[in-house]
Amino acid sequence: MTGLSERLAQLGRFGLEHVQSIGRSGVFLFLAIFSRAGFSNRFSLLTHQLYSIGVLSLLIVIMSGLFIGMVLALQGYNILIRYGSEGAVGQMVALSLLREMGPVVTGLLFAGRAGSALTAEIGLMKTTEQLSSLEMIGVDPLKRIIAPRFWAGVIAMPLLAAIFSLVGILGAAMVGIDWLGIYEGSFWSSMQSSVRLVNDIGNGMIKSLVFGFVVTWISVYQGYDAVPTSEGVSRATTRTVVYSSMAILGLDFILTAVMFGDL
Amino acid sequence: MSEASENFIEIRGLSFSRGNRAIFDNIDLTIPRGKVVGIMGPSGTGKTTLLRLIGRQLRADAGSIYVDGQNLDDLSREELFKARRKMGMLFQSGALFTDLSVFENVAFPIRIHTKLPEAMIRDIVFMKLEAVGLRGAWSLMPAELSGGMNRRVALARAIALDPAMVMYDEPFVGQDPIAMGVLVKLIRMLNESLGITSVVVSHDLHETASISDYLYLIADAGIIGQGAPDDLMNSTEPRVKQFMNGLSDGPVPFHYPAEDYRSALLGQEN
Amino acid sequence: MRMRTIEISVGGFMLAGVLALLVLALKVSGLSLDSSNKTYTVSAMFDNTGALKPRAKVVMAGVIIGRVTNIELDRHTYMAKVEMEINSKIDNLPLDSTASIVTAGLLGEKYVGVSIGGEVDYIKNGGRFEDTQSAVILEELIGKFLLGSVNKDDQ
Repeated sequence: MTGLSERLAQLGRFGLEHVQSIGRSGVFLFLAIFSRAGFSNRFSLLTHQLYSIGVLSLLIVIMSGLFIGMVLALQGYNILIRYGSEGAVGQMVALSLLREMGPVVTGLLFAGRAGSALTAEIGLMKTTEQLSSLEMIGVDPLKRIIAPRFWAGVIAMPLLAAIFSLVGILGAAMVGIDWLGIYEGSFWSSMQSSVRLVNDIGNGMIKSLVFGFVVTWISVYQGYDAVPTSEGVSRATTRTVVYSSMAILGLDFILTAVMFGDL
Repeated sequence: MSEASENFIEIRGLSFSRGNRAIFDNIDLTIPRGKVVGIMGPSGTGKTTLLRLIGRQLRADAGSIYVDGQNLDDLSREELFKARRKMGMLFQSGALFTDLSVFENVAFPIRIHTKLPEAMIRDIVFMKLEAVGLRGAWSLMPAELSGGMNRRVALARAIALDPAMVMYDEPFVGQDPIAMGVLVKLIRMLNESLGITSVVVSHDLHETASISDYLYLIADAGIIGQGAPDDLMNSTEPRVKQFMNGLSDGPVPFHYPAEDYRSALLGQEN
Repeated sequence: MRMRTIEISVGGFMLAGVLALLVLALKVSGLSLDSSNKTYTVSAMFDNTGALKPRAKVVMAGVIIGRVTNIELDRHTYMAKVEMEINSKIDNLPLDSTASIVTAGLLGEKYVGVSIGGEVDYIKNGGRFEDTQSAVILEELIGKFLLGSVNKDDQ
């Protein structure tokens, strides 16, 4: 009996700890976003972060988009040719890229490439006392370090997802039209007649915006909350990638159910 | 508050604990204006924690801390960041911003808090670097500096805004004797020439004792001794005596608390 | 100098992202910015549209001449009313032209095919195709076929 109640108490503690850490990260986010920056150079801080978060992620996003688009075209062609509807490859590729693959795969790549880098960078800043030293200089690290990184992530992610989808569709067109010999007109027209601006492109962008928000939030919080040792930073980096991936896949299901559930 | 004018920092009834372990239990401590105060104690007694409490990077469980007559608990987040400009802090690792050059590191607080023209910032930075003897290294990156130089640049940065007080967190750790001598001289010189109140947290007995006007000895979550360095040297309190003379065993045990050695070795049989 | 290259590449990145969105909107979803491209509206009544969707093409002789804009059920006749926009350049559709719902391939998209009639007068803006052919529903066809063969066996 005592064993059971102890288990229950343990479970409760575990739950409370997690609720507490969610609360802490929420307050953290609030402070980072809604505090007046008050730096004359906040624009250049944001630019720097857009560079390291967005521009440096471009290569991996473009390469992945290209290959995923090409693979989708090949697979779709192999299935659809059996029904003589290979013209629908364009439609299939475009819809799966815009609705799902674009936001989700870009989000996962973003978490692995930019999110882990953010966590490691902030965690190391904490380990080497740079964050404390900022505080003692009288600069709020939430404004100086966290806020620009957070906004850069939120801005960069939808742009990366759009580039991913476009490159994927172009890759599919390359494989489908030039290689597999799908009639170009039906490739594009089947796409155009089924892709809707608000429902497909718009919702895909909303998804990627949500993913960008969540991944960057997790990344900067994990870095800021990391135990200031080399092991702590490595753990935090791992947690960023794991939590971000789970969050992306879970949220994707919820968002898809809300956006496309009644179709 | 008449005390505020003569004491830069007043700590009253401060308690702080991590988990179940009490780091400080109801301690009182004052740091007079314009003096060098050494805070010493064995490793792991929370000396660095004390500095962080003064800088309000940690929140005390109980008690109050007055800095220049202001109770830190009364300040909002914004006011706190303002109050911190009065304090400079030299971190154990130096904590230079690794993505900025030496010059930019020292210029950083000036750029943040003032709107001085670039030429004036340049002059101030070179003055501060000159004070620590590293004007020639202004263009280097932190990674290119030795540990001692790193700390001196960090010191230049800490005094960039002419703070009323500088806190030194273990300034002598891991320094060769020459670098140590340079730092000792610097701390004393900054105190004498600029009247900067200095708090030196260290366990390096001789260096700290040689520059301090007043010493606090911290152990076992409390202050076990205080006074001028000479008085402490001659203290008869056993714990103070052990620390000041560097005896390996005494009231502060050599062994970390453990179960009985004999029974631990014979543990299997029991 | 270094700041400059960073700013340029960030600018390039932002432009590329926005441009990608724009291309997606125009090329992939077929949104037309060219509003000077004038159209006129024609409707047609179908017994069954067979899951025709808005934005489906209207095709004549294999050439796209317009798009379906709206599909709704007429309360009085219980027929589907399909509205479409036809390119103003094609203003000479004879009154007795036929609109039929066709499928591209076995599983392909549904679209409206227009075959030409012989009248001298043309359909005007707001007019309608009097002659329509509903979608062929595969299941009905199979059902009829099966029923027909069963009946044959009975005889």
